[in-house]
Amino acid sequence: MKKAWRSLAWLAVIVVGLTATLAGGVLFSTATWTPKLALDLEGGTQLILAPRLESGQTVSVEQLDQAVAIIRQRIDATGVSEAEINTQGAENIVVSIPGVPDDSTLERIQSSAKLEFRPVIFTDVATSSAINEPTPTPTATPTDALGETATPTPELVATPTVSPTDASDPNWVTPALFDEYTNFDCATLAEAQTNVAPVGEPLITCEAGGGFKYILGPVEVAGETIADAQAGLQATSQGGSTGRWAVNITFNAEGTEQFAAVTERLFAFPESDPRNRFAIVLDGVVISAPTTNAIITDGRPEISGSFTQESAQILADQLKFGALPLGFEVQSSDTISATLGSTQLLNGLLAGIIGLALVVLYSFSQYRMLGSVILASLIIAGIITYLIIAILSWRQGYRLSLAGVAGLIVSIGITVDSFIVYFERIRDELRDGKSLTSAVEAGWRRGFRTILASDAVSFLAAVILFVLAVGNVKGFAFTLGVVTIVDIIVVSLFTHPVMQLAARSKFFGGGHPLSGLDPQALGAVYRGRAQFREPAAASSIKQQSSGREAAKRQTIAERKAAESAAALGKGKDS
Amino acid sequence: MSRLTEFGNDLYTGKRSFEFVGRRRVWFTIALVMIAVTLVGTVLRGGFSFGIEFRGGSEFQVANPTTLPDGSIDQTLAADAVLSVVPGATPRVSIVNNGDAVRIQTDQLEVSESNTIRSALAAAYGVDTTEVTSSFIGATWGNDITRAMLTALVVFLFFVAAIMALYFRTWKMSVAALVALSFDLAITAGVYGLLGFEVTPAAVIGFLTILGYSLYDTVVVFDKIRENTIEESGTRTFAEAINLAVNQTLVRSINTSIVALLPVGSILFIGAVLLGAGTLRDIALALFIGILVGTYSSIFIAAPIYALLRQNEALVRKKDKRATEARSTSGAVV
Repeated sequence: MKKAWRSLAWLAVIVVGLTATLAGGVLFSTATWTPKLALDLEGGTQLILAPRLESGQTVSVEQLDQAVAIIRQRIDATGVSEAEINTQGAENIVVSIPGVPDDSTLERIQSSAKLEFRPVIFTDVATSSAINEPTPTPTATPTDALGETATPTPELVATPTVSPTDASDPNWVTPALFDEYTNFDCATLAEAQTNVAPVGEPLITCEAGGGFKYILGPVEVAGETIADAQAGLQATSQGGSTGRWAVNITFNAEGTEQFAAVTERLFAFPESDPRNRFAIVLDGVVISAPTTNAIITDGRPEISGSFTQESAQILADQLKFGALPLGFEVQSSDTISATLGSTQLLNGLLAGIIGLALVVLYSFSQYRMLGSVILASLIIAGIITYLIIAILSWRQGYRLSLAGVAGLIVSIGITVDSFIVYFERIRDELRDGKSLTSAVEAGWRRGFRTILASDAVSFLAAVILFVLAVGNVKGFAFTLGVVTIVDIIVVSLFTHPVMQLAARSKFFGGGHPLSGLDPQALGAVYRGRAQFREPAAASSIKQQSSGREAAKRQTIAERKAAESAAALGKGKDS
Repeated sequence: MSRLTEFGNDLYTGKRSFEFVGRRRVWFTIALVMIAVTLVGTVLRGGFSFGIEFRGGSEFQVANPTTLPDGSIDQTLAADAVLSVVPGATPRVSIVNNGDAVRIQTDQLEVSESNTIRSALAAAYGVDTTEVTSSFIGATWGNDITRAMLTALVVFLFFVAAIMALYFRTWKMSVAALVALSFDLAITAGVYGLLGFEVTPAAVIGFLTILGYSLYDTVVVFDKIRENTIEESGTRTFAEAINLAVNQTLVRSINTSIVALLPVGSILFIGAVLLGAGTLRDIALALFIGILVGTYSSIFIAAPIYALLRQNEALVRKKDKRATEARSTSGAVV
């Protein structure tokens, strides 16, 4: 009795807690009382991405498909938004996402995220403009300002006279390259996009934000060797947190080996030499160029820079899913209306209400007044599911699609099944001649075990599909998982305690013919409230391992006797 | 009380009993015939027909369409224009860029059809044909989604088999459950192929729901079998104990499938009557078939297969022998 009330109190705590969370989100944050809808029901934004191609370059079907797959993973990493991504024509990609994308979403989608580790050969403070300014490089060969153009003078030697021995070799720096370097304007970096040199060539570039200019050697470790990347707070050597965000990279075996070799060579240079440093280059821009303090052999470097939590997370996701084979830019960004529209949603909801009404009617026909327990349980399940979905739509970017609505409607049946399993077990115990209060407890022990086992299967399906699948399947898995958990919460914190309390009420406990728990109709022998005549062999029920079957057989005899008695007495039993 | 309750009483005590295990040959034959019919039907129809989301298709965009007096765009004009050229098509129409354009997506069309549709759309929206562009679009449900889903499925089946084997303490239940599951999926997919319904992402999600439902349903029946067979030591053989368990959960199975079918049925009804083809109908159809077949397979396939797998175990045989002997001495009839 006390336990039943305690369970109900816990349920109240859960419902109030969820409501308060959502209310807090609505008042102080961006949450809304209704869940956000997916592309098919609400529309959103359609972005057309065009590849950045150099003249003569073409896009292959494989590259485009690969880009679609990577963009999909990147978008999925933000939550369950059910975006639609496909190709259009021969070289464009269309990304349709619900709502209006913010800058970080665009960044996440379109940047190629090609990561390279290159050794620094030469570096300098960048000048805002290379034109007509004296180069502050003390060691530089004096070159004249080249007037209006920043293109290297053609007559300068463009191939190394001595072939370089390793990636840090200064022989990479030909006069032509150095001239280009001197005239390179960091302000043009963002627009240029031509500064991505082939992997085997040196690269001239700047640090993000334009503070430093670099001449970098050829690529020594490529982004493809990254096995995993995680955003996290940077740790100090004492294990504390610096409060700064960084991206922790794990290389695969190949990358680990390459990285160890690079750091070993760079470590040999004195710290004052720029060649002690290696640059982490993302899409042709240096994120950071740390000095080599140690030989890193475990293949787990950390990228630090001016990261916020969000930008660190974006970079980590991008690195994890790999670089796009091409850079893309947003060619057009249009609003797009719902593909299905509000009539579909309304009809879906109508179907849900009709279905729910039929389920309730059927429950009453089968379980009489117990149907009201099913109805109340369904209402509670509905409220909790709604709150969870609204909260997840706020926190996780969950979007309800029409398929999701259908999934929720279908879940009505699966939720009710838990109640059916439980009630049938109670009835079985009543048939065995138990009193209602003990039948409720015994039925619960067996029924709950079955419910847990079967829900575990559903939940396992939800978790595995959510973790491994992409696209629409992820959204489906999410809904399935939520519904399964709500089912367990409701049946254990609502249906069972309500049954415990009902078993003590006069109506149910007294086995009223309309209670759905009438022992006579269930074929048990019954005299009055909580007074069972012990079936002849009932004591053997306790010896469950061996005597159960015998006990059951005795109960049949009892039942037959009772039937004839009832026929004499009341005359009707249905 | 309702008749089903009395029926349940009789099933519980064993007064009334259906030979789910004993007549397994009949049930297996029915299952094989069903598989054969759907398989042959699918092959004869030329395989599955996949939707635009899987195969890609054609896209038209009408710029600056003539609007209705209230400033909105009549989307049905576009659908009608497409249907006038390709009857039976399922165009997806949406409004792009705050009403500056209409986007129409269809299955992939012949060049001639596509040109006819362009003129039809131009006429419908009162614009010049040059304002209607057409292009080819790729699949939104790409190979990467299918591949990830299949990987997830294999991992799931592996885990679920392992967990069931641990929970029930026998791998034979896992095998029986997976056989029943394959039957469900085969039949559901087969009905799509047989009737020529378009396989859409919604239908695939319906299949996945069935996957969960079928195993869920089988676990409920198997849990009752587990209870009965570990407690049992009386006069029933192992197969009879399983049969009693299935009979005892029969009322629950009937109630559950009716309760699960009612909402799905109403979606199907509303979807088919009010909306025609669409997400709701696709998902509900897969589920409707799947739930029916899933209930059948838990009772008529999973349980008999489990009995079949265990019948030759030494321990089971010994028990069965004891049970038959006990019966002949006591003269009890089961």
